[in-house]
Amino acid sequence: MHRIGVFVCHCGTNIAATVDVKAVAEAMKQEPSVVFSVDYQYMCSEGGQTLIQDTIKEHKLTGVVVCSCSPRMHEATFRKAAAKAGINPYMVEIANIREQCSWIHKDIMSATDKAIILARTAIAKVQLNAPLTAGESPVTKRALVIGGGIAGMQTALDIAEAGFEVDIVEKQPTIGGKMTQIDKTFPTLDCASCILTPKMVDCSQNEKIHIYAYSEVVEVNGFVGNFTAKIKKKARYVDTTKCTGCGICTEKCPQKKVPNEFNLGLNNRRAIYIPFAQAVPKVATIDADYCTMLKTGKCGVCSKVCTAGAIDYKQQDEIIEERYGAIVAATGYNPIKIDKYDEFAYSQSKDVVTSLELERLMNAAGPSNGTLIRPSYLDKQDDHRAHPKTIVFVQCVGSRSCDDCGKSYCSKICCMYTAKHAMLIREKYPDTDVYVFYIDVRTPGKLFDEFYRRAVEQYGVHYIKGMVGKVSPRPDGNLDVQASDLISNEQLHINADLVVLATAIEPDQTARSVATMLRASMDTNDFFTEAHAKLRPVESPTAGVFLSGVCQGPKDIPETVSQASAAAAKVIGLLAKDKLTGNPCVAHSDELMCNGCSACEKVCPYGAITYSDKEFRQPDRTVAIRRVAAVNEAVCQGCGACTVACPSGAMDLKGFSNKQIMAEVDAICK
Amino acid sequence: MQEAVIKRAKELLADGSVNRVVGWKAGEFAYDTTPAVFTSAEELDAGFIYNDFCAPNLSKYIIKESRKEGKLLVFLKPCDTYSFNQLVKEHRIIRENVYIIAVPCTGKVDVDTVKSKGIKGITGMTSDGENVTITTLYGEKTMPKSETLGDKCRTCKSKKHVIFDEIIGDDGEVNTDGARFELVEKLEMMTPDERYDFWRNELSKCIRCNACRNVCPACTCESCVFDNPNSGIQQRAATDSFEENMFHLIRSFHVAGRCTDCGECTRVCPQNIPLHLINRKYIKDINEFYGDYQAGSDLETRAPLNDYTFDDCEPSIVYKRGGNE
Repeated sequence: MHRIGVFVCHCGTNIAATVDVKAVAEAMKQEPSVVFSVDYQYMCSEGGQTLIQDTIKEHKLTGVVVCSCSPRMHEATFRKAAAKAGINPYMVEIANIREQCSWIHKDIMSATDKAIILARTAIAKVQLNAPLTAGESPVTKRALVIGGGIAGMQTALDIAEAGFEVDIVEKQPTIGGKMTQIDKTFPTLDCASCILTPKMVDCSQNEKIHIYAYSEVVEVNGFVGNFTAKIKKKARYVDTTKCTGCGICTEKCPQKKVPNEFNLGLNNRRAIYIPFAQAVPKVATIDADYCTMLKTGKCGVCSKVCTAGAIDYKQQDEIIEERYGAIVAATGYNPIKIDKYDEFAYSQSKDVVTSLELERLMNAAGPSNGTLIRPSYLDKQDDHRAHPKTIVFVQCVGSRSCDDCGKSYCSKICCMYTAKHAMLIREKYPDTDVYVFYIDVRTPGKLFDEFYRRAVEQYGVHYIKGMVGKVSPRPDGNLDVQASDLISNEQLHINADLVVLATAIEPDQTARSVATMLRASMDTNDFFTEAHAKLRPVESPTAGVFLSGVCQGPKDIPETVSQASAAAAKVIGLLAKDKLTGNPCVAHSDELMCNGCSACEKVCPYGAITYSDKEFRQPDRTVAIRRVAAVNEAVCQGCGACTVACPSGAMDLKGFSNKQIMAEVDAICK
Repeated sequence: MQEAVIKRAKELLADGSVNRVVGWKAGEFAYDTTPAVFTSAEELDAGFIYNDFCAPNLSKYIIKESRKEGKLLVFLKPCDTYSFNQLVKEHRIIRENVYIIAVPCTGKVDVDTVKSKGIKGITGMTSDGENVTITTLYGEKTMPKSETLGDKCRTCKSKKHVIFDEIIGDDGEVNTDGARFELVEKLEMMTPDERYDFWRNELSKCIRCNACRNVCPACTCESCVFDNPNSGIQQRAATDSFEENMFHLIRSFHVAGRCTDCGECTRVCPQNIPLHLINRKYIKDINEFYGDYQAGSDLETRAPLNDYTFDDCEPSIVYKRGGNE
């Protein structure tokens, strides 16, 4: 027979103002097995904890029910207090009468009734509790960073700095991410690659950092401290240990008509390529979709010109398996596809570009070597019309959208980069007219508003509040931009020769599959969700999985770098531990009821369930061999998926058994 | 057909390929056949039958039989092969111990359907494949076989055998006309109150004989939750409203995603409750949510309810279908 003590917390007025705590304590005295019931002002205080400990000793309690705040707040506090007084910490149950009762009700009568029911429910459960002992699991002192952009690199560098091994997995042939494609950065206008490439070099030179470029994570198993990941190194058809990055092959390759993704298709590259001069690792990659040798078996030019003998047409994808203690998602972003915004004539005219395409058009490593040329004149740059004279920027293309075409959120970076573009153009080509159409100009951030005002006041950029309604190509190749000026209430027609769309950004397409592999949650826009929006912004709700950069929400570079370092700090905190205390609330299979059907094994995300044939004595004294499940308690994380998949109810969860939950439901429905 | 089946069974017994045969024998009434095990040619001659009344699905019996000494022969109709496959998939049947001969099926006569046409005092029934002759206390009646089929056979899901070692006759095709969901669609069209009344009326007839559970090839647990004192839902007899409210719903949830729609539950129900409609509703929902899935159609496909794919529908589908009303 249990001896249960009930402790009802006032939480100052948080609970006591809406729940008659004395009435709750009084009512609990009538419940079966309850030998002590009291209310107290702050149960979590030193005094409250002492009260629990003294009562356990004095009344020889076997179970404790604390009616207080959410177990997420103080369950650990009360369990520790009970353990100190000599009872198993898992004999403590919390009745949440704050978040689920006093905070959401106004009427004292009904809130008190509900608090009594919740307390009764916890008593019903604790009656069926059994002492549990937590195991320990070791921590693999190695981190995996998925994504090698500025976020992933910064996280990796900081983790390596603390002395832990880090692997960066990047799906592109080089690390560096989106920042490699950006020309200048706001608000200081320093060159993006000048500040990025030293970091890329740091990553490649750091002994603790291992870069898997042109690779993808294909499978993740395990749990915090003990993840196993399978990494697919995609075939480059080039031996990276031999390739010197000299680039001869990329000049001799006869297949010249491959759209260059680094320049967003504005020019072409060869079938064997190095994305850009500062690529890390600087090795060539053969594009299997275009290589004549791989497609038809006839060519082999690169192999002939390679003095290092690095070309290997028979190379296969390779799967590497590695163990990790922590995983960081740094999967980044992409501009959205704007095919749904046909009013801006993006598909009709080459001279309508996205902002990222403009970055390439202005970059020295871009298709026009840094001279701003209209894309329609890229192959006739001497023409006097090649240089744009009137440029229209359209803000919020796909951001803050009320319809299904775009995104409901603000992409956050567009206002600033548009100001940057406008300013750079006016500085380099002062004879150019630059118009910016905006809904609002959003410039929170250090030196951001000053930057925008400089664009307007010093550089004479025409900022017009209003949206562009339609862009139509004119017969002379120019663009007719139809827009409204909301301040002067006028309809405008601008004869532009370049239109730049500030395209919304969205999480990379691979983010969802990565989140699924990591069992990390996402919001409706496919951004990773934080464990707590304010207090745990760089952790995912899945233990051991951390978030870095835009995969968590739109950010500019300074914010991304700060968040990347914050994620690294969390990873370091985890890897610095030698052992993690496990969760004793794990699954357990009753062999006598197990059918051996494998339903549990199929749904177990941790691979904690195995099957074996076992001998059982039958009622008729014969021996039968049956296939039965067994749970590896060190691997089980207590998610409970198996217990609901099990048709016979053989699988049950310690601490949350079906019987306990039914007892709770019965107590509520009584 | 019966002669061909017995001949082949005798051959396999004689050459030692198998040591017993699972088939059907006559039951108490002519139309009421019963699963049976035969161990010799004499027993086969004396009792084995295969005709238009052999509705019982033999697959469930193979769970125990396949664990016994030696190899056995079983005759499976198209419908039964799905159940067989599902049980192999769940590691319940030891496939190596079973030799399967597929036998064709053109639908089985359902005595309840015959009775529902106003025929009383039945003393015997025979079928020539086209027409069924019914002898009653009040004389002889004949009706086309197509009119004697229960819902299960009238809306047959497949005449194709999905697993066998050899086949007698020709294999048929999977039926994809969706006719089996017509009654479910009718139920879906009802208002929640009408539907509640419909099921309340049907389930209130339940006498808790457990026939549905005992015949169901998906209900093969070592220890049934309804018999388990620790399950919290242990209940052995119709003593309160449990049957009306919970029993059939819990049972149908337990077989959801595993039910092959063999229709045995409805066939054996002495109270004529259309239990298969509950299962068909789940099958229809699964097909709509996760893409067409037929439990038991093969040994590899993962059941949608035990699997996750990137294409799985989001929970919001419930709201799209009016689940929030």
